[in-house]
Amino acid sequence: MLDKEAIAKRIAKEIQHNSYVNLGIGIPTLVANYIPKNIAVCFQSENGLLGMGPFPTEGEVDADLINAGKQTITMLPGAALFDSAMSFGMIHAQKIDLTILGAMEVSENGNIANWKIPGKMVKGMGGAMDLVASAKNIIVAMQHVNKDGESKLLPNCTLPLTGIRCVKKIVTELAVLAVLPEGGFKLLERAPGVSVETIKKATLGKLIIEGEIPEMAFD
Amino acid sequence: MMINKQVNNAEEAIVDIMDGQTIMLGGFGLCGIPENCITALVKKGVTNLTCISNNAGVDDFGIGLMLQQRQVKKMIASYVGENAEFERQLLSGELDVELIPQGTLVFRCMAAGYGMPAIFTPAGIGTEVAIGKEVRNFNGKDYLLETAFNADFAIVKAWKGDTSGNLIFKGTSRNFNTMMAMAGKITIAEVEELVEPGQLDPNQIHVPGVYIHRIFQGSHYEKRIEKKTISK
Repeated sequence: MLDKEAIAKRIAKEIQHNSYVNLGIGIPTLVANYIPKNIAVCFQSENGLLGMGPFPTEGEVDADLINAGKQTITMLPGAALFDSAMSFGMIHAQKIDLTILGAMEVSENGNIANWKIPGKMVKGMGGAMDLVASAKNIIVAMQHVNKDGESKLLPNCTLPLTGIRCVKKIVTELAVLAVLPEGGFKLLERAPGVSVETIKKATLGKLIIEGEIPEMAFD
Repeated sequence: MMINKQVNNAEEAIVDIMDGQTIMLGGFGLCGIPENCITALVKKGVTNLTCISNNAGVDDFGIGLMLQQRQVKKMIASYVGENAEFERQLLSGELDVELIPQGTLVFRCMAAGYGMPAIFTPAGIGTEVAIGKEVRNFNGKDYLLETAFNADFAIVKAWKGDTSGNLIFKGTSRNFNTMMAMAGKITIAEVEELVEPGQLDPNQIHVPGVYIHRIFQGSHYEKRIEKKTISK
């Protein structure tokens, strides 16, 4: 089973050279720590920054420089600042190549729910509905099951949706899965030491298993 | 002679904001929020407001201060996760809340500032956000029609400004401030440093003064950091 850092590390391998990437709050934020040296990538923060750098040192902290998770950050050489209209303009115009975000539920046809639990939790969708409606590629980073042990990979989402038919890939503590255009979670890789049987038990939606499923490789 | 929009302070800038009006407040989280005007609105005690803002502040800062005083009747925002008092008022039904996608929020401001009645966006298609809204298909993809905001006042905060209303922002504090500045029927700008016309480089202006009706130099900026995060 992978911990959060390992999920982030596995997702980092999905990032293409010369790409623009938006990272959501939580595990996705950790992905930035594992980008291979030979991969050029530019991180977008939807509150108005391209070229987001690491967290600042104590002396570099600037209240006027935060990421979309409201954390203090720095800018890399070549960074650019803009307003929220341009930020969501570049998202909807598909200038951002990849969006990595968390989810409460994903359905086998690629629907995602991650913003509301009726009667319990209402934080809002923030930029997530915009990102999932327009991103060319969407990878979800999440736990395979919720705190009550229930699968988060479902035939249909039960929570209010964030977007429809948009998730392309899911990385959990147990597995890497592709969401097929015709529907279904295709098992691509197992976490080290995790059996196909364990993944089957944790997946309520349609799981497609073809041939031998390799273990994830970390280099 | 250059048009002069300077007022003395926040109290003077907000003097005619009345109960029941709709106001936009710039900022993202606590970054770039109009601290002086929020303090003045709390002091004035104006109530039944509809507030349009990306976030609702935190419990004891930003719009959270207005929520504490029950001054807000309705909140239009995209993310309110940092405010326990907000969540309490929402779940108990004391506060009317319309949560909308962040892009939709800024494009509805943009539409108002550009004189456009509406925009089309794919954000929210297939979700509860789309309920009751017109859907149009362009090039094989569905889009929601979303109308321009109509706010009585917009209140923004800039880094520098001149007395004719030109504004310059710093870092990620531009966020919603530029589009809201353009969207208000009356726009109030508070700035950290107010200068005379000619002292700002016209090449660097983010919002031209035509959109600004009142401007003043604020004081005692706290610029609170919501999540100070240091690299290890």
